[in-house]
Amino acid sequence: MGQYGIGQPVRRKEDVRLLTGKGSYTDDVNFDGQVWAAFVRSPQAHAKILSIDTSAAKAAPGVVAVFTGSDMKADGVGTLITDVEFKDLAGKDMFRPKRDFMTIDRVRFVGEMVAVVLAETQAQAKAGAELVMVDYDALPAVGSTAFAAASNSPVIWEEHGSNVGVHWENRPEAEIEAHMAKAKTRVVVDIVNNRVVPNPMEPRCAVAKWDNDELTIYAPTQGGRRIQQGLAKIVMNLPADKVRVISADVGGGFGIRGKLYPELGVVSWATRKIGRPVKWRGDRSETFVSDYHGRDQINHAELGLDANGRVVALKVWTIVNCGAYFAENGPRLPINGGGRIIPGVYDIENFYFSVKPVLSNTVPTDTYRGAGRPEANFLMERLMDAAADATGLARDEIRRRNVIRQDQMPYRTQMGMLIDSGDFIGNMDMAMKAADWAGFEARRAESAKRGKLRGIGLSNFVEPSGGRPTEEMRIQVTPEGKAVVYAGTHSHGQGHETVWAQLIQTFLGIPFENVSLIQGDTKIMPKEAAGTFGSRSSWMGGVGLQRSAKRIVEKGTKIAANLMQAEPEKVSFDAGVFSAGTSSVTLAEVAKASYELKNLPDGVEPGLDESYFLKRDPEEFNYPNGTHVIEVEVDPDLGKIEMLNYIAVDDCGKVLNPFIVHGQVYGGVAQGIGQAMTEMTVYDDEGQLVTGSFMDYGMPRAHHLSMIDALFNEVPCKTNDLGVKGAGEAGACGAPGAFVSAVCDALKGFGIRHIDMPLTPDRVWTAIQKAKAAKAA
Amino acid sequence: MENFAYHTPASVADAAKLLETHEDAKLMSGGMTLLPTLKQRLAAPSDLIDLAKVPDIKGVCRDGDELVIGAMTTHAEVHENALVRELIPGLASLAGQIGDPAVRHRGTIGGSCANADPAADYPAGTVGLGATFVTNKRKIAADDFFVGLFETALEPSEIIVGVRFPIPVWSHYQKLRHPASGYAVVGVFVAQTKAGVRVAVTGAGPSAFRVSEMEAALSKDFSAKAIENIKVDAADLNNDIHASADYRAHVVTVLAKRAVAARG
Repeated sequence: MGQYGIGQPVRRKEDVRLLTGKGSYTDDVNFDGQVWAAFVRSPQAHAKILSIDTSAAKAAPGVVAVFTGSDMKADGVGTLITDVEFKDLAGKDMFRPKRDFMTIDRVRFVGEMVAVVLAETQAQAKAGAELVMVDYDALPAVGSTAFAAASNSPVIWEEHGSNVGVHWENRPEAEIEAHMAKAKTRVVVDIVNNRVVPNPMEPRCAVAKWDNDELTIYAPTQGGRRIQQGLAKIVMNLPADKVRVISADVGGGFGIRGKLYPELGVVSWATRKIGRPVKWRGDRSETFVSDYHGRDQINHAELGLDANGRVVALKVWTIVNCGAYFAENGPRLPINGGGRIIPGVYDIENFYFSVKPVLSNTVPTDTYRGAGRPEANFLMERLMDAAADATGLARDEIRRRNVIRQDQMPYRTQMGMLIDSGDFIGNMDMAMKAADWAGFEARRAESAKRGKLRGIGLSNFVEPSGGRPTEEMRIQVTPEGKAVVYAGTHSHGQGHETVWAQLIQTFLGIPFENVSLIQGDTKIMPKEAAGTFGSRSSWMGGVGLQRSAKRIVEKGTKIAANLMQAEPEKVSFDAGVFSAGTSSVTLAEVAKASYELKNLPDGVEPGLDESYFLKRDPEEFNYPNGTHVIEVEVDPDLGKIEMLNYIAVDDCGKVLNPFIVHGQVYGGVAQGIGQAMTEMTVYDDEGQLVTGSFMDYGMPRAHHLSMIDALFNEVPCKTNDLGVKGAGEAGACGAPGAFVSAVCDALKGFGIRHIDMPLTPDRVWTAIQKAKAAKAA
Repeated sequence: MENFAYHTPASVADAAKLLETHEDAKLMSGGMTLLPTLKQRLAAPSDLIDLAKVPDIKGVCRDGDELVIGAMTTHAEVHENALVRELIPGLASLAGQIGDPAVRHRGTIGGSCANADPAADYPAGTVGLGATFVTNKRKIAADDFFVGLFETALEPSEIIVGVRFPIPVWSHYQKLRHPASGYAVVGVFVAQTKAGVRVAVTGAGPSAFRVSEMEAALSKDFSAKAIENIKVDAADLNNDIHASADYRAHVVTVLAKRAVAARG
């Protein structure tokens, strides 16, 4: 297939445009007569709103209007509510609080919107926002996950009477205790999966315009269709086709940018209210207090093993901090996202799982790169290390004894997932060989001579990918023989302009450079467009394109047959050419002909433009998996960790473009290492976000990482035509477990078995001091 | 940010006059702290007095036994300057550890010292080398310059013109970077000067301070071993989510030892 075919490391065609300032981001959009929006955000974590005085703001220079949540409510604007519903074992429903687009009588987290000021300039809007006087009656706040679940905690939703939304269990615990009781060895771990602030490079932004009784809104999203539908229904009370969402170039999604955020509702409603375009450009501080956060779990887990080191039972209790409201997917993440894959790559039949999603005075949490799967995999890998410790087996050996073997595939997990393929032993072998695991002790000794403690760690993972079960893709072949892809997927860093062009060249023989991509505009995108998240695009978008291409060929065959005066059954298609016997026509010629009625056989519509609506079983996923190995050196005097080597072995199924998949691995790893090493989100007892800027919140930097050697153990997926598996979230799943394992290996001389993330120098040093003191005592 | 009047005086005297005559005026050098503060609307000065156009307060020269660095000299210039590298390599190294390349090419030694961030690097270097701040009004010893948290001995209309560093026999800077900001969680500057050994610490307390006990011990025996049991009192140190006071106290000793050990 030449240098642009499937599997080729094709350089990203979008990069020149993006890196030379020719991208089209939301902030590049401006309209004549637009006003600027600035939000009044709560400085209080939990308080009753006694009054809101907007008079001074309204009188301020340049201010056009000031609105509160009451104004929107009076206009019939509805509320946001989580998409998910769960029941406890007794059948009681989860509590689902409603969220006003701007809160009306109570604030529940620092940063929650109370009012919006619209002014001629952004500076005037911000100055006006400072003049809105809100009288708060402060209430006790809940900042921490553990406290939110505690019985003596203040309750932030009085109508529910508890901060626990539901106590979800997969089955009665007693059923599993019966198996656990037979275990020879029982290991227990308590781990915190730290909250992270996702921080895409592009702060949020929105430009809304009301024109001809239609709303157009520009905003960074991961697709737009669902946001269009939500805005139409909840905010605008319009048919969806009267709302247009445009997300051209987007500076990072990571799961959190696919949501209908309240700010989008406010600017949409406001532009119609005042009849002028409204623009909001959020700053980084607003990113910290208004973009959904990720992770934030406390896990207590117990693993029972038999005399051979085989797991006989697993019990997990998870508390997940969902923030002040349950966001779209909030409580789904530990339960459906991570929970059903908690046994991970391991063959564990007896599994009890308890989840308490709790509400607290913090920013809501939602999907963030991995969305429950990194948490689940991290927990399993910490358990496996603890099991190795307790049984005396090597860390790889305990895993080898418990992983699902290839001869067990397809493997039905006891949570009902069907893992079609994967070479979990092979992943470990490949990663350990590449990392020279066997030669590690010599390197440890060498480090020790320099006063450094060297450690090596590994983690396995598997992460069901696919997201929403539908997608639509469309290919239009122009009369010039070029292809335009109208994608339901949305590239915001994933490189679809490149990969979709590779696929089109492969399927249709249309040259790579003659393929263009149109995405992110609800008016033009396919009707059933879903978007990009959950490591789904290679599958849902790629197979969608493959099937659209097949339809192009089918239709083209009929036209080609007509042109060549041949029987359609005799026409074959290869590399852009239709042939029958000695005659042939190119796809470009067929495309040109397809737009002229005289060339069309009976019953064939003009044009060469096909789409495919791909549906899959909602319970069917693909299963990217892998083994990551990290080697570190700890400076015990400072508690400082240096990463020395990173081996990532990933099975992403069939690799469409190794260059781009490597990029996905590097990015995921960097975010996983960020969580493990630097990213600490701290709310104090008053519910104030202490780490609200890059001065205090540690984003991972290049110098925190070593070079990453990304290898593939390619096992084609059996459940889709392309054989692809997801790639976007793998790194974030593999990195934290391998990192903590490596650091604890380095510190094993002190008897340290676990340190909660992020492993900052202060925390590592403190752990060493505690271990030393414990030894002395 | 709010509107402000912008001035580019051509001399230090003009800048001082502007400071005196505008009540809410702020002096700006590199703007690496001031500009983000303005953008976040945490400060709204009536006037910004930019020193960028003032000649003669920029650059490095030798004056006898002293190295003189103009107040408007950027960190990158100090880091790369051949004279600094030859005469006080420890200071060149310190300047190269400040922030990131963008910050180092804008931020200045005068601005950094006047701002007196408790975690900035230059306070350790200036105190550690026994430097003297030259202002439009007087000379201030570095020991007397850093008064407290973001607080210096500068009077309201006093402007740093330059910093005079006695050329030491040897010096070295050790820094533990903050995981988020890159500032010093602790930075220790050790110098052997003609007037004796100096050990200065930044990041650990409300402002840079010297560790006299270490200085005395090193004067007798310049070895890491000589100070291994000397620990600063954690009670006086900063305690935050990134580093406990106990940890900082410990790190002061570790970094001081490493600095001394670098003497070889």
